[in-house]
Amino acid sequence: MILPIVRTGLIALRRDRGAFALSFVLPIAFFSIFAVIFGGHRDSTPKVKVIVVDEDHSTASQRLIRGLEREGSLAVKEKPAAKDGVEQTDYTATTAEAAVKDGTAPVALIIPHGFGENPISFGAPGENRPTIQLLKDSSDLIAAQVIEGMLQKVAMTAMPDVMAEQGSKYLDRFSGGFTPAQRKRIDGGLDALRRLENSDEQSSAAGDSNRGMPVAVATRDVVGENKNNPMVSFYAAAIGVMFLLFTASGASGALLDEAESGTLDRVLSSRVTMGNLLAGKLLYSMLLAFLQLVAMFLWAWLVFKVDFISHIPGFVVMGISTAFAVGAFGMLLASICRTRAQLGPLSTLLILLMSSVGGSMFPRYYMSEAMQRAGLFTINAWAIDGFTKVFWRDEPISHLWPQVLVLLGIGIVFWAVARRLARRWEYS
Amino acid sequence: MAPASPDSVASLPSLRVEGVVKRFGGLTAVNGVTLELKAGECLGLLGPNGAGKSTLIRSVVGRVIPDVGTVSVFGEPADSSGAREALGWIPQELALYPKLTCRENLEAFGLYHGLRGAALKSAVEWCLDWASLTDRALEPVLHLSGGMKRRLNMAAGLIHRPKVILMDEPTVGVDPQSRNRIFEMIEMLHDEGVSMLYTTHYMEEAERLCDRIAVIDHGRIIALGTRDELVRNAFASRSEVIVRFAKTGDGVDGWVKERAGVLEDGTARFTIEHANEVAVLLDSAGKAGLELADISLRKPNLESVFLHLTGRELRD
Repeated sequence: MILPIVRTGLIALRRDRGAFALSFVLPIAFFSIFAVIFGGHRDSTPKVKVIVVDEDHSTASQRLIRGLEREGSLAVKEKPAAKDGVEQTDYTATTAEAAVKDGTAPVALIIPHGFGENPISFGAPGENRPTIQLLKDSSDLIAAQVIEGMLQKVAMTAMPDVMAEQGSKYLDRFSGGFTPAQRKRIDGGLDALRRLENSDEQSSAAGDSNRGMPVAVATRDVVGENKNNPMVSFYAAAIGVMFLLFTASGASGALLDEAESGTLDRVLSSRVTMGNLLAGKLLYSMLLAFLQLVAMFLWAWLVFKVDFISHIPGFVVMGISTAFAVGAFGMLLASICRTRAQLGPLSTLLILLMSSVGGSMFPRYYMSEAMQRAGLFTINAWAIDGFTKVFWRDEPISHLWPQVLVLLGIGIVFWAVARRLARRWEYS
Repeated sequence: MAPASPDSVASLPSLRVEGVVKRFGGLTAVNGVTLELKAGECLGLLGPNGAGKSTLIRSVVGRVIPDVGTVSVFGEPADSSGAREALGWIPQELALYPKLTCRENLEAFGLYHGLRGAALKSAVEWCLDWASLTDRALEPVLHLSGGMKRRLNMAAGLIHRPKVILMDEPTVGVDPQSRNRIFEMIEMLHDEGVSMLYTTHYMEEAERLCDRIAVIDHGRIIALGTRDELVRNAFASRSEVIVRFAKTGDGVDGWVKERAGVLEDGTARFTIEHANEVAVLLDSAGKAGLELADISLRKPNLESVFLHLTGRELRD
């Protein structure tokens, strides 16, 4: 009596091809995505972007920068990318801070004037130590720590002669002075270190970042310094958009229910045209999505102290754009599918795929370059970027145009395709 | 709200279907149908499942585009806004929003037909009253009985008070008590002078409700007239003899065919001019060694007409 029950279940599963495919395809698809993001078979190594401003222009500062450039985990930028083929000038302290604020890079290092005179120092606080400014966007919890550690490592590995020289100076001062023979041997050793450094053979030399802090660094938050929790507004948008997609696909699925029940035919026999109907459904989905976002951010405001009130205009712009794209996505799914049973697996697959690649599950800056680029094909990525600009970077509405344009463009294309596919319901 | 009056358009047929053909792939669902619905008339479209009734109705209401032929409503093409407003369609399916209440459903369909304000309110009240659902107005459709859902389904098709109503088997799946209530609702509309095209495969419904009946089979109208005209044309003054066999073994088929009868499920039907022909049949069956369970004589009805015209039962 047990086996017939199993048999019935298997037959039903075979008939429901959507569920059958979902039970196999979905886990494999997600395993693959996570394996690509976090596994060893990356298409490219994720690099931490860092802007470097060299105010010193000394040999030491240049060697420090070259040392940072040799680190495979860093993408060092001294100047913005060329615009319209025109080479840009080097970052300054001001433009670097602006670049961190607008999200170009999570960290900027400012190497000050006088760094080359005393690049490495072990003095007590209060002594005259050239201090590198580290400007950071505190929404990226990892980048600043990585850069700070790398800076110390590079100081030791890229400038071993400077470090040894400084060490011998301290020893000379506190030991009562070297004999001429000792001085000669020390200078010889320093020359050998310089030659070794210049030969570029030790670029992969391993340093021990735990042995001290030879470079003085002062860290400053330039984004989010007054925010209560760097990730709350990010996740309000990230999780919000993912669930908006689910809500929109569910809401537009009503179209399939109505087609199956015959209600759609009755509606279309009235004054309502297919264009009216789809527009009405889209508007309904948009309204639902927008209200969902409002609820999400109100909760974040009340419970997590996200500054919602002063960001309302930006929120409205991003909320409407996101709601439009998400609503049109739902309409597209409904028009592609023949039945509710088809819609369920397809929407689950697409939404989870878009959410994982688009940054709804974890920030895209943790992903490889290629995955970050892939994320740009999702609604999630553009919506999250826009909300981050509003709530995290405090950017004005005028800076939202790339996100708004892309979201509206996605919405228009999806809507147009959905309208075309919906013709099958108009007449038979 | 005043009942729809056909006075202003009395000179035109309410509905005219001319030479309509509709094919779905290799299947011809409607095959050259021509018919006319007169003002205030209830015209029955009687035929078995799959005869093409629903496709014809959907062609009239614009949900199916005929391959050939035209449909006009009071002289206007069926896809014109005037025709659309004059038509009311009651589909076979329960085309309602299950989570909305009766009132909300009627309001929704009223709004879709352009009703607003007092006109909408009055139309909703009329529909609830007509369908005897006033006391269930606030009940979600989901919680209604089958009969109530059917009545609401009909009311939703009448919310804009159309002059011509197309009813596609409105009593499907309804218990006898609810069916009677639906008949009363339809008779009320008939008394108000509304023109109706009523499809059914129940002979009793067609006989009770319809002024004229079009018999449809395989997408063609094979007979059209009043009930009496159809019977007279098929049987003249003859009566029908129904013979049920106790055993349907060898010889029954041949014996029935020899006497120009039709055999269906162990029951044979013959037409006779005079009552004394019954005795002849009995005598012949006895001589052929056939065992009869019972024999009856009756006046032919629509079912007899359909069997006579197609050689098949109406409910096949």
